[in-house]
Amino acid sequence: MLKIENLHARIEEKEILKGLSLTIGEGEVHAIMGPNGSGKSTLASVLAGREDYEVTEGTVTFNGKDLLDMPAEERAREGLFLAFQYPVEIPGVSNMNFLKAAVGEIRKHRGLEALTAKEFLQLVKEKSQLVELDGQLANRAVNEGFSGGEKKRNEIFQMAMLNPSMCVLDETDSGLDIDALRIVSEGVNAMRDGKRSFVIITHYQRLLDHIVPDFVHVLYKGKIVKSGTKELALELEEKGYDWLKEMEEAK
Amino acid sequence: MAYEGDELLENVTSKEYEFGFTTNIESDKAPAGLNEDIIRLISSKKNEPQWLLDWRLEAFEIFQKMTEPEWAHVKYEKPNLQAISFYAAPKQKKVLNSLDEMDPELRKTMEKLGISIEEQKRLSGVAVDFVMDSVSVATSFKEKLGELGIIFCSISDAVQEYPELIKKYLGTVIPRTDNYYAALNSAVFTDGSFCYIPKGVRCPMELSTYFRINEAGTGQFERTLLIADEESYVSYLEGCTAPQRDENQLHAAVVELVAMRDAEIKYSTVQNWYPGDKDGKGGIFNFVTKRGMCEGANSKISWTQVETGSAITWKYPSCVLKGDNSVGEFYSVAVTNHFQQADTGTKMIHIGKNTKSTIISKGISSGHSQNSYRGLVQIGKNASNARNFSQCDSLLMTDTSGAHTFPYIEVNNSTAKVEHEATTSKIGEDQIFYCLQRGLDQEQAVSMIVNGYAKDVLNKLPMEFAVEAQKLLAISLEGSVG
Repeated sequence: MLKIENLHARIEEKEILKGLSLTIGEGEVHAIMGPNGSGKSTLASVLAGREDYEVTEGTVTFNGKDLLDMPAEERAREGLFLAFQYPVEIPGVSNMNFLKAAVGEIRKHRGLEALTAKEFLQLVKEKSQLVELDGQLANRAVNEGFSGGEKKRNEIFQMAMLNPSMCVLDETDSGLDIDALRIVSEGVNAMRDGKRSFVIITHYQRLLDHIVPDFVHVLYKGKIVKSGTKELALELEEKGYDWLKEMEEAK
Repeated sequence: MAYEGDELLENVTSKEYEFGFTTNIESDKAPAGLNEDIIRLISSKKNEPQWLLDWRLEAFEIFQKMTEPEWAHVKYEKPNLQAISFYAAPKQKKVLNSLDEMDPELRKTMEKLGISIEEQKRLSGVAVDFVMDSVSVATSFKEKLGELGIIFCSISDAVQEYPELIKKYLGTVIPRTDNYYAALNSAVFTDGSFCYIPKGVRCPMELSTYFRINEAGTGQFERTLLIADEESYVSYLEGCTAPQRDENQLHAAVVELVAMRDAEIKYSTVQNWYPGDKDGKGGIFNFVTKRGMCEGANSKISWTQVETGSAITWKYPSCVLKGDNSVGEFYSVAVTNHFQQADTGTKMIHIGKNTKSTIISKGISSGHSQNSYRGLVQIGKNASNARNFSQCDSLLMTDTSGAHTFPYIEVNNSTAKVEHEATTSKIGEDQIFYCLQRGLDQEQAVSMIVNGYAKDVLNKLPMEFAVEAQKLLAISLEGSVG
């Protein structure tokens, strides 16, 4: 589904990703962990098509298409969704209008008919329950005045609305209390259907207690230095990253 | 040889016509320049009474003692008044046979605005079938307004038919001594609208509807006078979202509103004059004086404006809150792009007791433009319990544009409450990227963010124009980020 090969990317003059390779199959959940500054969020931004980052080498194929060749909106329409670490506020734009426009564009791109107002509302109702999002929030301006937890739940709600095939969650667990973490995780788990794939970027193992990954990768200095299964996350939790760093420096 | 000469002559004359100059009847166009004789000519062409001629001449005398003010945050080459012809017969629009003859750029814009085919034809001057519905609609509007005693006509007609009303109110809100361009307008105005709503009458329609169908010609020195008698209500819309071109560079209009006891006037403006090209060449100077007098107790005047056009905009629709408990409101969105300059805002003059005013100003600057809010809130010594709330927000789309705020507050009564909030923000690349990541394209993203930002003002527009105005904002800012 998503194939990243030898990806190099930099922001301004600083190279952050230095030859990252990763293959994600249909329905798989991959967790990406790693110390601060290892390039986790850069990877999310590069996949989503943020222009501040320049890809200098490597390829990314998404469902057989060249992902790097597409502008950001086309990546989204093709089914790549990024749940932001810091969702922005858009004052004066209601969540509903925002989603209506987004769902409209995405359906159009996929050759689906536009939803009627009734169908759309039905979908909103159904998907907002997934993350226990108050109906009121749907009518408020996008993320405006939302608490940290509400913003993250709103990201998952949007993800459910847009029905992507590839979900990238960038530190969705940061700033969440235990209840919110559970709600968000349950929302994500409900969307695991054996077809949809996930890349879950996180610092902490605790999220992976709730969303159990098929694979865990450690990113360090812009490369994946170790891959394993969920046990690797537990090992990292216990031992920290230092042993991996030392191993890597010794090479 | 002679034949070639004729051909050349024909070429030249037809070309001039293309740009809208009157070439046919020499006597209907005054020679360029400004002097007493020209003013006498204007007055006599319009068959005006002696008092109005005297009024104009006094205005001219006042004008000659004034100098063009320079305090606004705008730079331009002062118009040469001696090069302007101050009187011309009503301009004949070039008649097109079908929409296909219309400037394709203009047509594209109109389509984006969602303006109907019929209206596109009317706005662009396509010859319209006489049996068309709009004519009868206009007639029935006219009948309906007439039954209610509402007067709505050109100011020239009003001078002939309702001289006592004109004499009583003209120049009472904006005296001839008010400012340089108001004095000039008073001396030379040739065109404009007059509206009178009688006591206790609620005007049943937006006067815009009527206005759009009749399309009162906007002159270079337009004069509007609107009087709402006791307990009456009127909503008036001037302007148009469709791009307006005009060969006159200088526009100096005067708009006076009077609201009597318990009357309410809602005055909405959508201004989209030609702003000049991308390099800042050309474009209209829009130097307008607009003021409303809340004469009676409990009266209310609201100004709502969406300003996207003109090379230079210089205007401050204001309210004088004379009646006790009267209310003044100003809601404004001003967009500048390329090399446009806008210095706009309002004055709220609190005189009566318990008077209230609200100011919401949203500036959006893009390209290399400069966008300034300038406002005065003045609380007089007798205006006990007066209140004002002002909010002035500026949104910058580019690093090369400027946003400025010049708020003046004068309080002479200790019971007054005056609040002022101001913010300046830059359109977030984060916000745009967020929209892109949800599948919206760049244009949709900018349109959505900007309309969200201006929502508080757009909501105040009459429904039918709010939608067009939203699209207009998006079009004005097309390609401005990126």
